[in-house]
Amino acid sequence: MKIGVLSGKGGTGKTLVSVNLAAASKRARYIDCDVEEPNGHLFFKPSNVVEEKVTLKIPVVDHTLCDGCRQCVSFCKFNALAYIKNNVIVFDDVCHSCGGCTLVCPRKAISEKDKTIGTIQKGISKEVDVWTGILNTGEASGTAIIHQLLEDVPSDELTIIDCPPGSACVVMESIKDVDYCILVAEPTIFGVSNLAMVHELVTLFNKPFGVVLNKCVDGETVAEDYCLKHNIRVLCRIPFEKKLGTINSNADIAAYHQEYNDLFTTLLDTVIKEVHHETTINS
Amino acid sequence: MKQLLILSGKGGTGKTTVASAFIKLSNAKAFADCDVDAPNLHLITSLASEPRKKKFYGLNKAKIDASRCVGCDACRSHCRFNAISVQQHYVVDEYACEGCGVCEFVCPQKAISMIEMVDGELMLYHDEEKVFSTAQLAMGSGTSGMLVTEVKKQLKEVDVDGELTIIDGSPGIGCPVIASLSGVDMVLIVAEPSISGISDMERIIKTAEKFSIKIAICINKYDTNNDNTEKIDVMCKEKQWPIVGKIPFDPQAVSAINQGKTIVDVECPAKEALIDVYNKTLTMLYGKQMEEIKK
Repeated sequence: MKIGVLSGKGGTGKTLVSVNLAAASKRARYIDCDVEEPNGHLFFKPSNVVEEKVTLKIPVVDHTLCDGCRQCVSFCKFNALAYIKNNVIVFDDVCHSCGGCTLVCPRKAISEKDKTIGTIQKGISKEVDVWTGILNTGEASGTAIIHQLLEDVPSDELTIIDCPPGSACVVMESIKDVDYCILVAEPTIFGVSNLAMVHELVTLFNKPFGVVLNKCVDGETVAEDYCLKHNIRVLCRIPFEKKLGTINSNADIAAYHQEYNDLFTTLLDTVIKEVHHETTINS
Repeated sequence: MKQLLILSGKGGTGKTTVASAFIKLSNAKAFADCDVDAPNLHLITSLASEPRKKKFYGLNKAKIDASRCVGCDACRSHCRFNAISVQQHYVVDEYACEGCGVCEFVCPQKAISMIEMVDGELMLYHDEEKVFSTAQLAMGSGTSGMLVTEVKKQLKEVDVDGELTIIDGSPGIGCPVIASLSGVDMVLIVAEPSISGISDMERIIKTAEKFSIKIAICINKYDTNNDNTEKIDVMCKEKQWPIVGKIPFDPQAVSAINQGKTIVDVECPAKEALIDVYNKTLTMLYGKQMEEIKK
């Protein structure tokens, strides 16, 4: 069972929900797809960490073979190649690694080398497998890291996928194969505006979903009103509490504290029931 | 005109809250929202006029003409983005397609063409004296960096008389952030005192430093975790990252935002702190010129 946790807006509590759901389950896999700013590992502090590199193919031009026809330059849609002073120059940072230039070069002057854009770390924390994707600073896109992270995830056990904020390509890549989506929203007009975006996204991709309302305070009901209006299932309400805030800001796992264990165990049960329910009606 | 960009690395630390307050305090004539993935600045700072709307075309996407396709598999096997799959016919997943054109090139049947796609919408508000540029990226699009560049370009279409442009950025450190960094004079980083926030702050600072851009840091909701605030203090001192102020957690800030107001529209402790952050930031941004502007 794969569950994606997303939010549109940043800072609403995706990592809080993902980490604690994985922790509340006895046995789970937590995958951090927020590769630009991965934080789940700060909570789990996994041990026995194994690291693998994520690389992309970047063109290398053999200037002795190049006759300056510039077909590579005109083919590249990303402007990653330029012909300057009788030489083809490669701008690694904007290259999308499509391999087009190597194909179009009539003199076979372009080959490819590996360029590391980030890493994947896999470790374990209690009964939770913790997988983290980390994009190197200065790199533009973490899509390849997310792809590699999710490539061979067995569907046997509970897998919680902590997604990046927003609703762009990286979020899509993260929820591609999930069975269920949890949308985390906060009760501000910003939170609602961004909840509406991810609501549209999961609807577009036909994913079953429910909402977790975080930082709930009396009187601020905009997010709740949105769910009511659109007939969206509210899975749980996490109160805005100083104690929970402190636990979380110290990268401590709330579900391991007696008083918050119930909250996340109940949420986990609710989500699992929802997924089974969805599977039944769709089969 | 100087450009000040507001970033944070981590989402939800208060970029838009700070940006909207700065816009109000400086009576900025030009401002933009570069968080094209989840724009919110328009909810509190939009101008009264109707915006000019323009479709944003990102990169073209491949389309396979099934009647010409002979199923040779060249397109699928060459695609580095796993965007082509075989169902009843060969089809392109338009969300995975990055528009590189390799499939079009390798197809021996000329069955593939590259089609223009709307990847978002640009909005430009302006009245006699102010201009506000913003945009919304289409769902699942991979062209956020290009759209950010368009948002900034659009801002220059209208001539306004002002000293300061304020740009609200996006979370993260990837393409939209890198695109928003280009050409700005300084970045103000809104940090928050959590272990996650500190880790994210370090990553965004490293990113900004790669582009040699002057930075300053303010700590928002600093009193929600004094130990972590102290950790940020110590770290910034060690690395010589300037802190331009600390803003307390303030429930009135949330209710102000929910009424579509900026923090400085209501009398509250956060307002006082923000004014201080604003003054220090501008002093850093302008250096000696500051005194002249005040005159």
